Amino acid sequence: MSDAGKDETLVPAQIDMLRRQANWIRLSAMTMTHRARLGHTGGDLSAADILAVLYLGGILKIDPAQPQWPQRDRFILSKGHCSAAFYSVLAKRGFFPETQLRTHMEPLSMLNGHPDRNKLPGVEANTGPLGHGLPIAVGAALAARMRGESWRAFVLTGDGELQEGSNWEAAMTAQHYNLDNLTVIVDRNRIQQGDFTENTLRMEPLAERWRSFGFAVVEIDGHDPAALLERFSHLPIEPGKPSCIIANTIKGKGVSFAENKPAWHHGVPTAEQLEEAKKQLNVEVTW
Amino acid sequence: MSNATTTVAAEPRLYDCRQAYAQVLEEMAARDPRVCAVINDSLSSANLKNFKALYPERLVNVGIAEQNMVGVGCGLANGGMVPYVCGASCFLTGRATEQVKVDLGYSKSNVRLCGMSPGMAYGQLGPTHHSIEDQAWMRVIPNLVVIVPCDPIETAAVLRYSLDHVGPMFLRIARMPVPQLLDANYKFQFGKAVTMRAGNDVTIATNGVLVCRALEAAERLAVRGIQARVLNISTLKPLDTEAILDAARTTRGIVTAEEGLAAGGLGGAIAEVLAQHHPAPMRILGLPDVFAPTGNIEFLLNHFRLNAEGMEAAALELVQ
Repeated sequence: MSDAGKDETLVPAQIDMLRRQANWIRLSAMTMTHRARLGHTGGDLSAADILAVLYLGGILKIDPAQPQWPQRDRFILSKGHCSAAFYSVLAKRGFFPETQLRTHMEPLSMLNGHPDRNKLPGVEANTGPLGHGLPIAVGAALAARMRGESWRAFVLTGDGELQEGSNWEAAMTAQHYNLDNLTVIVDRNRIQQGDFTENTLRMEPLAERWRSFGFAVVEIDGHDPAALLERFSHLPIEPGKPSCIIANTIKGKGVSFAENKPAWHHGVPTAEQLEEAKKQLNVEVTW
Repeated sequence: MSNATTTVAAEPRLYDCRQAYAQVLEEMAARDPRVCAVINDSLSSANLKNFKALYPERLVNVGIAEQNMVGVGCGLANGGMVPYVCGASCFLTGRATEQVKVDLGYSKSNVRLCGMSPGMAYGQLGPTHHSIEDQAWMRVIPNLVVIVPCDPIETAAVLRYSLDHVGPMFLRIARMPVPQLLDANYKFQFGKAVTMRAGNDVTIATNGVLVCRALEAAERLAVRGIQARVLNISTLKPLDTEAILDAARTTRGIVTAEEGLAAGGLGGAIAEVLAQHHPAPMRILGLPDVFAPTGNIEFLLNHFRLNAEGMEAAALELVQ
């Protein structure tokens, strides 16, 4: 279990660092989608703070030197299309050199458009089609239970993704087996590929839905590293129940021209937009 | 290719292969704490009541939810377990095809899918419950091994083999009663066709519940002075191409018979090999692009000529 967030004197500096690291993930992801002329920039940006806190805030019990360490926490990126942000945080955490991010989507790259666990250290599951991550995380949580081990399963889903019925099949299993070693984080950016979620297929009342499926639910600001760190440091939300954290986010967060715009689901930045993003995010990507 | 000693009595006792599978699963669970099972409210049909009584903490019932079931299997494997994901083959392979493709095949997860009561085993329940597509669907998924045992001995041997296999597997476990065909000392050889009967005039290649019928066809052909080789293609994938090519070279043609659609499955796999490496006459027996009418399994196998007479007639076409 992480001690992150417990030392009050360290918190302000750590939070400031996590903010900068999240912005680095954003610029790194935008650089990748710009270079590949392909990607899912909006969701990369909405998930950046969540990924930064999990991987760089000391929450996930992982060891980049031993990616297959049996006692590691399992993190599954169910919204596999946001691979640019995911690869960026894995590189920053030390699973592979940052320079490898240059190969994103290039022929024969280990950095496929969607993550491949057989190619890249740190990836737990091959995701891309939606609604796959939660069942896998439920299976992992069950494995920890069967083996009498204390590691945990985390899964980050999109919000539109929850329209896939397999998520709710898995939610019922998590409830039935009282999997309090499972945490679902919903990147609630309210935009899916074609439109806002509420225009496409109404997701609200989302928290009530998760509660009715037996989860302990909290809603937090998914762009507040302090809130994320505090919440992730105190899991499960309720002993005996699986946890659901609805992280309210903004698609395209951090760059004004992309924020809250459905077109940025798989929009990619031009060179000028990338320059502008660099100024707004106030970080450098040197890889 | 491996040779087998076959034993078919005149009035053979019949076996439900699900018993052998469950017995071995229990044996393996007793000595290996990684062995677990995942079911979709299929405790009885997967014959796992005893497993549940012995190892309740290692049996996960996800309810009627096949997509979730396969994903849960993937996660269990990620967590170091060896899951046997057991459900009626029609629902397991049809409802969860994308999970089988991505979570197992593409991911190379150590999951064993047990497709229970495949083919037309559910007879009168009709085409919704038939699994006549599963050999075709499963064999085209990269990395996924497909094994179709022919009797209780082979079912048990395949289950024992599966424990240490690296990568995902699809095991087609018969419900329809079959005689014991293989000697109790039979050793399953992964990727090898089993020569159930030697012969150099014509070849009958089949698997699963049709192997006993192929042996009967060979008996009938022998009466006519025609020696048929009977190949049990229990490992449908990876296919024993050496055994197939040898049959093409040394006999006058190959009859394939499968308990399912004639398209895309065993016959298709063999045709792919022959067309590219050694074109030879073939007859592909199976359902001809139709769903089955109402009837029990015996009726349906006879209806589609997936019986000794049908295989004999097809073999005669090749040799005459």
